[in-house]
Amino acid sequence: MTESQSTCQSIGIVAPQTAHFEEVLSLRSGARLDGYELVFETYGTLNAARSNAVLVCHALSGSHHVAGRHAGEKEDSGWWNNLVGPGKPLDTGKFFVIGVNNLGGCHGSTGPRSINPATECPWGADFPFITVEDWVDAQARLADKLGIESFAAAIGGSLGGMQALSWTLQYPERVRHAAVIASAPKLTAQNIAFNEVARQAILTDPDFHDGHFYVHGTVPERGLRLARMVGHITYLSDDAMGEKFGRSLRHGKAAYSYDAEFEIESYLRYQGDRFSRQFDANTYLLTTRALDYYDPALSHAGDLTAALAAARAGFLVVAFTTDWRFSPERSREIVYALAHNGRDVAYAEIDCAAGHDSFLLDDPQYHAVLAAWFGRIEV
Amino acid sequence: MPAYRYDYDVIAQWIEHGEKVLDLGCGDGGLLSHLIETRQVRGYGVENDPEKILVCLKNGINVIQADMDRGLTGFDDGFFDHVIMSLSLQAMHNTQGILAEMLRVGREAVVSFPNFGYWRHRQSILNGRMPVSRSLPYEWFNTPNVRFFTIDDFEALCAQSGIVIHKRLAFDDGRVIVDDPNFLASVAVYRLGRH
Repeated sequence: MTESQSTCQSIGIVAPQTAHFEEVLSLRSGARLDGYELVFETYGTLNAARSNAVLVCHALSGSHHVAGRHAGEKEDSGWWNNLVGPGKPLDTGKFFVIGVNNLGGCHGSTGPRSINPATECPWGADFPFITVEDWVDAQARLADKLGIESFAAAIGGSLGGMQALSWTLQYPERVRHAAVIASAPKLTAQNIAFNEVARQAILTDPDFHDGHFYVHGTVPERGLRLARMVGHITYLSDDAMGEKFGRSLRHGKAAYSYDAEFEIESYLRYQGDRFSRQFDANTYLLTTRALDYYDPALSHAGDLTAALAAARAGFLVVAFTTDWRFSPERSREIVYALAHNGRDVAYAEIDCAAGHDSFLLDDPQYHAVLAAWFGRIEV
Repeated sequence: MPAYRYDYDVIAQWIEHGEKVLDLGCGDGGLLSHLIETRQVRGYGVENDPEKILVCLKNGINVIQADMDRGLTGFDDGFFDHVIMSLSLQAMHNTQGILAEMLRVGREAVVSFPNFGYWRHRQSILNGRMPVSRSLPYEWFNTPNVRFFTIDDFEALCAQSGIVIHKRLAFDDGRVIVDDPNFLASVAVYRLGRH
């Protein structure tokens, strides 16, 4: 084993666990879940003081599988594998890292695919609406179960960043630091508009059957595929797309057809197809709705500074210059609102060409920022 | 740009215990660390150099990455007790804009800059070469400085812009200069306010 491998390794083979919750979870919509399961993974070791836990919150298409690989897989498949592991910026030699599949998800936690005990059929469209705040409540119960009174940090990108931020407002005494990456204090109208196009693609797919496609034995793959294609366009920057695909034709010349002529079409179709086979349409709907609804300032007459007054954590906010879906301006709103509350906050704006997707990549400055920030956290 | 310790000490004298302070062009966070240690301030820094951002993070400084030439629009009026710009004003394009912004978000501004009218600088120009000195450590071809002005120039701008000079201290290599600072001082430090 070389020096570099020994200092920066993969977490290796990991296995998901399942936590069962019997107590009722009251949701912001007014609905309630009488019991549920959360699937999660952990990396590293919880120290004796139980003070080194870091919660990783996932975004729209993420899951509990943050780092490493599952038995039988040849390569690491965790969605934030480049960030989490021994010697990596979120160093599992120091921290006990937890990834959890959110309620309403489709990777094992209770969601629309699960059986509704009242009907003994899959929930489908009847699965209650879940908000960012509900997710945080459910995550807090998982923390209770794991004996974690307070997290050293909560971290997330995009929708995951909203959860990390919400943690500091809902449970200010239970999270000492928060990293809010490529995120926003609320979506813009344009952002909600993109979500609506994605939802309409799913809702109007004849195979969707008003969300009860499981009992019809269908999958609204066309809708999901379109939803993902639209999403993908917004996650990349114009420059990144131009650089990666340009106007390259797949066959070198025009074939005068509506098949995938340009490389970008081929890429979008591939991404859409892959996603539509893996992801659940109802989870996509409820997750985009959670994004739309998130607005902690709403109950403070739109005053974000007032909304963030409850926070006690030390913050790191990171944005990417080419991210137009969650632009740096949105991140700065969070930064200034925290500063106006006198909170500890650092803000880095990373010059990375990849658009919103940058938060999943390993840009050297981005990872150096995270390593420096996590390095200061005392456990 | 390497800041002199006497610059820090002068600035610290003007800062009260527990103030809210913003340091523009905070570099590695050295001045903020000094003010946090000696005045227990609640301090924030603005910096745009990725390397310096990393050093600030390692030092636990509340650093905000931003281009100061684009203003401080995110901060509320009068939020800070003092807004400091230590040896960076000469590197700003929008001199008047940044001074106005400093006095918008801060009750007072503290500004220090190298005096281009310093006699050694004048001597260098008379000898036909652009000055290179402890206060102007760069060559003309690699300097980050974009505005070249003297103590008298700066005070004329303050008068013209309605900026009140509460206090000025001028130095030559750490020694206080009282007489003819525009000729004898290499660095000046100002405490500024609004009318």
